[in-house]
Amino acid sequence: MENNLITEDKQKNKLEKAFEILKTMASKPSGLIGLTIVLFHIVLALISPYIAPYDYKAISPNTMLLAPSAEHWFGTDSLGRDVFTRTILGGRTALTVTFFGSLIALLWGGLLGIFCGLVGGKIDDVVMRVVDAFLSIPWILAMLLIVSLLGTSTEVLIPALGFFYGKGIVRVARAATHDVIAKDFIVSARARGHSNMSIIWNEIIPNVRDAILVEGAMRWSWMLLGFSSLSFLGFGVSPPTPDWGLMISNARGLMSFAYWSVIAPIVGLSSLIIGINLTADAFAKALGIDRSTKAPV
Amino acid sequence: MLLLILKRIGLGLITLFIVSLITFVGVEVLPGDACTTYLEREAYGAALDACIKRLGLNVPAYERYLDWASNVVRGDFGYSLSGEMPINEVLGPRVKNSLVLASVSILIGIPLAIVLGIITALWRDKLPDIMISTITIFSMTIPEFISATLLILIVAIWLGWLPGIVIIPSDATFYELLSNIILPVVAISMIMTAHMARMVRSSVIQVMASDYVQMAILKGVPYWKMVFRHVLPNALLPAINVVALTIAWLLGGVVVTEVVFNYPGLGRLVIESISNRDLPVVQALAIILASIYVGINLIADLMTLMLNPRLKSLQIRK
Repeated sequence: MENNLITEDKQKNKLEKAFEILKTMASKPSGLIGLTIVLFHIVLALISPYIAPYDYKAISPNTMLLAPSAEHWFGTDSLGRDVFTRTILGGRTALTVTFFGSLIALLWGGLLGIFCGLVGGKIDDVVMRVVDAFLSIPWILAMLLIVSLLGTSTEVLIPALGFFYGKGIVRVARAATHDVIAKDFIVSARARGHSNMSIIWNEIIPNVRDAILVEGAMRWSWMLLGFSSLSFLGFGVSPPTPDWGLMISNARGLMSFAYWSVIAPIVGLSSLIIGINLTADAFAKALGIDRSTKAPV
Repeated sequence: MLLLILKRIGLGLITLFIVSLITFVGVEVLPGDACTTYLEREAYGAALDACIKRLGLNVPAYERYLDWASNVVRGDFGYSLSGEMPINEVLGPRVKNSLVLASVSILIGIPLAIVLGIITALWRDKLPDIMISTITIFSMTIPEFISATLLILIVAIWLGWLPGIVIIPSDATFYELLSNIILPVVAISMIMTAHMARMVRSSVIQVMASDYVQMAILKGVPYWKMVFRHVLPNALLPAINVVALTIAWLLGGVVVTEVVFNYPGLGRLVIESISNRDLPVVQALAIILASIYVGINLIADLMTLMLNPRLKSLQIRK
């Protein structure tokens, strides 16, 4: 009975804490703007299939490259498809792929980093050398190679992105673990005879969680950038899937007289990336973590 | 001290060795070898045999790795499949073009970043800071291909000031290059400058709050003397590593920018070799780009070591 009360109390505290963080994030204009944009994009991604006025893959020679009008709010592209429809649908793949990609990156990067930080020694040395080696290969080269040999389906893209954006998290998680590892509560947990697994789960994760989550939020925006760069280069999702990177790359050649079909996806993608960035920054500040001195790795 | 430097160089070499293993194993493990990937549907009979013989795919993998690695160490990257010529000849002009683009961007970007960083830090939360910081946030978060596309749309198409894409052969002379690279340089240094300016800003702010600067203020040191004598030397030192990381990070971003502007550098070669499924060239590029990354980081670490006496006695950061 008493136990129940404590867990209930804990649950409530967690919710309250999350709410507190959200409130701190929204208290500054940049955080509020970021949260609003991200929320807007998520809602749009959820409802866009129901509110899209046209079929995103309906090709029509009669409606090629029309300027914005009452029927076609953002005009039409070179195949006569409605740009408004494709723009509001364009975030769905990007959001899904990068969201699950970031989750994978957080999980494997975070756990490996914590493990390395905890055990140290030879294993740590070897793993960190390999992580360094992966970090020194430009992500774009590695991603392009994987995608060109394995195909561009989301089943390939999600784990590949998750893997390549997770290696930076390994370092962050390892450094955060080093910060807590010498503290008394770890030493006493060891003295009590707890196993490594139990120490990781009960002592370290609660203490490094914030740092890793902030890193993950940041990775999300970089991954989105990477994903759309791949689409732009023709190595991401395949046509006719509506995707911002792909739309920009297709419309780019004709933008001297049909700029609308390139502007709409640009606004969509830029606003989402800026929104995620502002949110991640506000999140970091609300948790008291300074990210401004970090370079993108 | 010497031991530290040697150790640091050794670590870099080990990293490069692992990179070479990763690229080799990666190409080996992923489905399709260099010949079947390159020839695609024509991968049978005489053509396949000839290709296998030329690349030496009929010998065991570890022998091929040793062979390839020893050649790479001697500076020979092998044979390009699509170009039908030694990879070194393919790479030569591309490396030069990319170096021109990168060095011009760095020459413009770093001083500009330092100036902007100092301005934003000294006028923190005032109008100049708010304006510059907003612009830097925008230019560092927006993907390279978007800022490049917008630059072309606005400067080249709407205003008609500059040519939108670079139409020069890959062996163009230095002067031919210079007149063509204004827009690519702007696109690249915009992002680079933004990252570094933010770094310089927070570093200057940190130093400004430190005890010795407060002391200098209390002692009555003139403001600008305090900024140049006490703040900047200490604030710019930690920036060296970030500058290195930013430059190294640009290696990936430059690929996209070069494609948008049709610039014949290493970045476009990455895309071309992957579209042509020219795996030997991809391997060579991976090693070269990784070496640049490791080299830049090494130089930055050594510079920080040399310039900061306090770090000499500390363990090197891993």
